[in-house]
Amino acid sequence: MAVAENNGTGRRASPRFLKVLVKILKTLGSVLITMLGLMFVTFLIGRVMPVDPVLSVVGERAGKDVYDAAYRAMGLDKPILVQFGYYLWDVLHGDFGISLLNARPVAEDIKRVFPATMELATLGTFFGVFIGVPLGVVAAVKRGSWIDQVARVVALVGYSMPIFWLGLMGLLIFYGILGWVGGPGRLDIFYEDLIPTRTGMVLVDSLLAGDWTVFKNALSHIILPASILGYYAMAYISRMTRSFMLEQLSAEYITTARVKGLPERTVIWRHAFGNIKVQLITVIALSYANLLEGAVLTETIFSWPGIGQYITTALLSADMNAVLGGTVVVGLIFVLLNIFSDLLYQVFDPRAK
Amino acid sequence: MSEKPLLDIKNLRVTFPTRQGEFEAVRGVSFTLGRERLGIVGESGSGKSMTGRAILRLIRPPGRVEADRLELEGIDLLSLDEKAMQKIRGQRISMVMQDPKFSLNPVMNIGDQIMEIYRFHTGASKKAAYEKATEMLEAVSIRDPERVMRAYPHEMSGGMGQRIMIAMMLVTEPEILIADEPTSALDVSVQTQVLSIIDRLVRERGMGLIFISHDLNLVSAFCDRILIMYAGRIVEVCEAARLNEATHPYTRGLLGSLPRLDEPRKRLSVLQRDADWRETESVSGRQ
Repeated sequence: MAVAENNGTGRRASPRFLKVLVKILKTLGSVLITMLGLMFVTFLIGRVMPVDPVLSVVGERAGKDVYDAAYRAMGLDKPILVQFGYYLWDVLHGDFGISLLNARPVAEDIKRVFPATMELATLGTFFGVFIGVPLGVVAAVKRGSWIDQVARVVALVGYSMPIFWLGLMGLLIFYGILGWVGGPGRLDIFYEDLIPTRTGMVLVDSLLAGDWTVFKNALSHIILPASILGYYAMAYISRMTRSFMLEQLSAEYITTARVKGLPERTVIWRHAFGNIKVQLITVIALSYANLLEGAVLTETIFSWPGIGQYITTALLSADMNAVLGGTVVVGLIFVLLNIFSDLLYQVFDPRAK
Repeated sequence: MSEKPLLDIKNLRVTFPTRQGEFEAVRGVSFTLGRERLGIVGESGSGKSMTGRAILRLIRPPGRVEADRLELEGIDLLSLDEKAMQKIRGQRISMVMQDPKFSLNPVMNIGDQIMEIYRFHTGASKKAAYEKATEMLEAVSIRDPERVMRAYPHEMSGGMGQRIMIAMMLVTEPEILIADEPTSALDVSVQTQVLSIIDRLVRERGMGLIFISHDLNLVSAFCDRILIMYAGRIVEVCEAARLNEATHPYTRGLLGSLPRLDEPRKRLSVLQRDADWRETESVSGRQ
């Protein structure tokens, strides 16, 4: 009987507030440590790579004195920890250094390429969730039926088909032969720079500008790569949804719901689905984070100027500032999404309070 | 007997297809239930729980329920479609299950779970349902029902959870309650409390109770009439008060294997099973 007694309200608000505060501080602390670790490791890798950053700045024909001056100016004569300290200081001020490749600030480059990836990943995740979740639920409810079999095959194809093949086939069929969608790139060249850049996401920007023709063109370009990314997300999400649902559907409280006389629809969606929300959020957040990290192959095939392509190019040309900047951003996103799903856990699961 | 029975069951069978052919969990069980407390006793796998679930038609395909007669006050339950059956479940026949830890939805607060069944069957307003639910919680001796309404199942103890379950299942004032091992998961100290609550409510409302248990002592103390099940059949029917006069060797065996305070023994007799019992015709529990 006394078990419920400690669930205080009102008067006991202040210890509860303290608890929340401690939790927030703990979370922030873990984020800080994670990010610091990530930055240090990538920084270290950048420094031990057999690439001479000075050389790529001053060029091969520079004299010894020019070289030395640049060497000192870049702080390379200092111990590595001090160098890391400088780097950290700069990053905290939003400065990721200058790209060795195009001599522009890395921060600006990321600001430019990241929204492209975000646009693609968000749309892809939407497809994945809105098709994958219902498909998984139906497959679980009608376990062993033809729908379950079809869902299984669809997911299996999603898992096992290489994305570059799917992307090329998609381009060949829907762009090359049928002409239903736009080709590679985010817009036809004719529409580029027609609208002001606000968020960097063409779909949003064109809507904000109220320009429907640009919006339609952007949509025709994004629909194919987003569907292909969405297909992968869908395969993963639908399988996870199915197994979560199967677990819940055999639970005793489902029998209770049926004894209550509730229609099967309510039993499934209110009772069983209500119990998988939490797990599902984590799965979706992880899958979103995966797409956000940059679907390198998809971005390459569709000439999508996103962060995946950016980091790959930077890596291949040993542009370490850009690689570091990209890694930090991707890492930060991953950590933030994890915290976000943790927070939603608190909202949806009464046991987590 | 003068009164028409609430529940009239004749030759009830529950079958599950398996790789080794059909498995019959319940093999031709007949009994009636009036406004009385009927106990069904048997060991694990005797088909007692399946009988309870078959009455509510909760056996999921590919399991099958068949009967020559399965009637609730003249309504043939087997011929009803799913929608009509939903009106029976929860409103006319309810069931309380073994462990409230698992039988309450963990992410829905208790108030919502009780109000859900009431509103679904009566179409009552939220306010009316709230009042009814708190009233019902009071009826199962829960202090501070308003707070419990806001609480979640994991914040409740086992005894409290089971009383909440009872409140939920009786809020629509059904005529029949099936209690499937309602006290087996509870501490002995709260078992009596939960039983007396079931007893009081069933009496007050003139309901029929099917009390499923493996505990012979408990059933004989609590029920009016007892069906003893073995291997999907009823082997003996007797008045609870006259259980010690039971004649079937299985029942005698069950009684003999119980330790007794007034007759201490060095060694309890072991239950001997006879293969013939399995094949003897089911005894009818019809009145």
